[in-house]
Amino acid sequence: MNGIEHALEYWYPIAMHNELSNGQTRRARLLEKELLLSGGANDSLTVTCNERPLALQSAFDHWWVTLSENPLPLFTIPEADEAERRFVPCGVVRVACSPLRAVENFLDIAHFPFVHTDVLGAEPHTEVYKYDVKIDESKDEVIASNIRFYQPQAAKSAEGGIETEYIYRVPAPMVAILYKTCPQKADAMDVIALFVQPLDEQTCDVWPWMALYDDTSTMADLIQFQQLIFLQDRSILENQIPRKLPLDPGLEIPTRADLTSISYRRWLKKRGAYYGALENC
Amino acid sequence: MSFTLHNYVLSGNCYKIRLMASLLNVTYESIAVDFHPGQEHKSEPLLQLNPAGTLPVLTTTDGTVLTETQAMLVWLAQQHDPSNSWWPVHSKPQITRVVQWLGFASRLTATVGELRLHSMLNKPVNVTAVKTGAKVVLRELESHLTEQRINNLQWLTGDTPTVADIACFPYTALSPDAGIEHDDYPAIRRWLHRLRSLPGFITMPGIYELHELRKPDGYTVSDATL
Repeated sequence: MNGIEHALEYWYPIAMHNELSNGQTRRARLLEKELLLSGGANDSLTVTCNERPLALQSAFDHWWVTLSENPLPLFTIPEADEAERRFVPCGVVRVACSPLRAVENFLDIAHFPFVHTDVLGAEPHTEVYKYDVKIDESKDEVIASNIRFYQPQAAKSAEGGIETEYIYRVPAPMVAILYKTCPQKADAMDVIALFVQPLDEQTCDVWPWMALYDDTSTMADLIQFQQLIFLQDRSILENQIPRKLPLDPGLEIPTRADLTSISYRRWLKKRGAYYGALENC
Repeated sequence: MSFTLHNYVLSGNCYKIRLMASLLNVTYESIAVDFHPGQEHKSEPLLQLNPAGTLPVLTTTDGTVLTETQAMLVWLAQQHDPSNSWWPVHSKPQITRVVQWLGFASRLTATVGELRLHSMLNKPVNVTAVKTGAKVVLRELESHLTEQRINNLQWLTGDTPTVADIACFPYTALSPDAGIEHDDYPAIRRWLHRLRSLPGFITMPGIYELHELRKPDGYTVSDATL
C-alpha cells in the first residue's frame, strides 16, 4: 500500500480563482487521476473525474478539490480573513519531486545561506539556533516556533538585513505555512504558504500563496520575489535522492537543525501518510 | 540609469540582459512584469510597447525600444564596453562568428527554453519535438566547444568572451530545469564554469554562484582542475 487511500481524504489546490474564464477548460492531474476543469459564469468552476463532478470549495484565492466522498475538513488560516493584508497567489510551478519533499524543503532553514544566498541567508550567518517543535494535539498539526535567523533581504519590503523570526505550521501532509517577521509592521507576521497538488508520488504542482503587510511593492514585484525563492529550490528538489521521502532516520541522518523535518516525518508516519514516502524507511 | 528593462525573474532572456549589465557594471531601472501567472506581457500596455508580446523589453533614455534580446546585448556592449571586446568590432572574422552564435542562441530559446517552460510552468508544447531539438542544439554546442578547446580557445568565438557567449549561456545552463542534465556535455560544463567565474557574474534561479568563489581569500578553482 502506498498511502493513496490516506491521501485521498484531503482537499488539494487545483486552480486559482478567476483562472478559467466562462467556457474555458483545462486538464489537470491529481493523485494519478485525470481531471477536467471547466470555467463557468460568475467566476465559477466545475471539476470532473471520469465525468463525475467532484466536491469543490474556495479558500485562500484558490479552488480546492477532493476525490473523497467523505473528506477531512480543510485546514484554516485565520490571517486570510484580515482584510488589510495583501493576498498574493503566485501561480503554479511544476516540480519533479515527491510532494512531501516539497513540503519538507519549505520547512528547512539551514539551506537558506547556500540556496537563497544574499536573500534569505548569507555566510557566515549559517547557524540555526535552538528552536521548538511540537505536535499541536488539538489541531493535529506540526508547529515549529521560536526560530530566529539572520536574513539579508527577508522580504521584498525589507531594507537591509534583519534577524527574522519564523513559525511553521503543517496542517495537512501537503501543506506548509510559515509566519515570519513583517519588515513593515512590527507587531504582525507575514504569512507564506505552500499548497501542494500531488500529480503522482514523484511529481507535484506547487501553488505558493502569501498574505502580507506591504503597501509599497507592486503585485508583480511580490510574485517575482516569491518565484525567485521557490525556483531556487526547484532544481535542488529535483535532485534529491531517494526521490521519495524516507520517514525513518537512518537513510538520511538528521541533525539538530532538522528538528522540524524529523517531527514532520514522524507525524506523517503516525497518521499513515505514506503517499510520496519511501516504503519501509 | 542608462536604460529601463521590462523584466521577469525566471526568464533566461531577461537574465541575459541582467548578466551583461552586471558584467559591464551598468545600472538600470527594472520593471517587474507578471509573466506568470498574470500573463502581463500579453496585456495591452505591454503589447503597445512590444507587439511581439515577448520579454525582455529594453528602453533607452533616448526613447529607442529594443525587443530582441540579442540586439540588446549588442547595444549594451556598444554603449558600455570601451575595450570593444564583448562586441569585437575590430575583428571582422570574429564579429561574423559572433553574429552566427547570436542566431544560434535563438535556437536554444526555441528548444531548451520551450521545454523548460513546459517542465516548470506546464506550457503546452510539442514535448517530443522540443526535447529532440534541444539535444541536437546542445550536441552542436558541445562539438563546437570541444573544437575550440582543441584549438586552445576558451570561448565560443575566440579567446575572450563576447556577447555570443552571454546569449548562449542561460538556456544551456538551465537545461536541467527542463530535465536535460549536463553529464553528457563535458565541454559545455567547462564553458559554463568559466562563465560563472567572470568578475561581476550574477545568478538566477537554477544558475548558481560557484561556491568556492565566495571563500574570503579569493581562492578560485583553476581550469586545470576541471
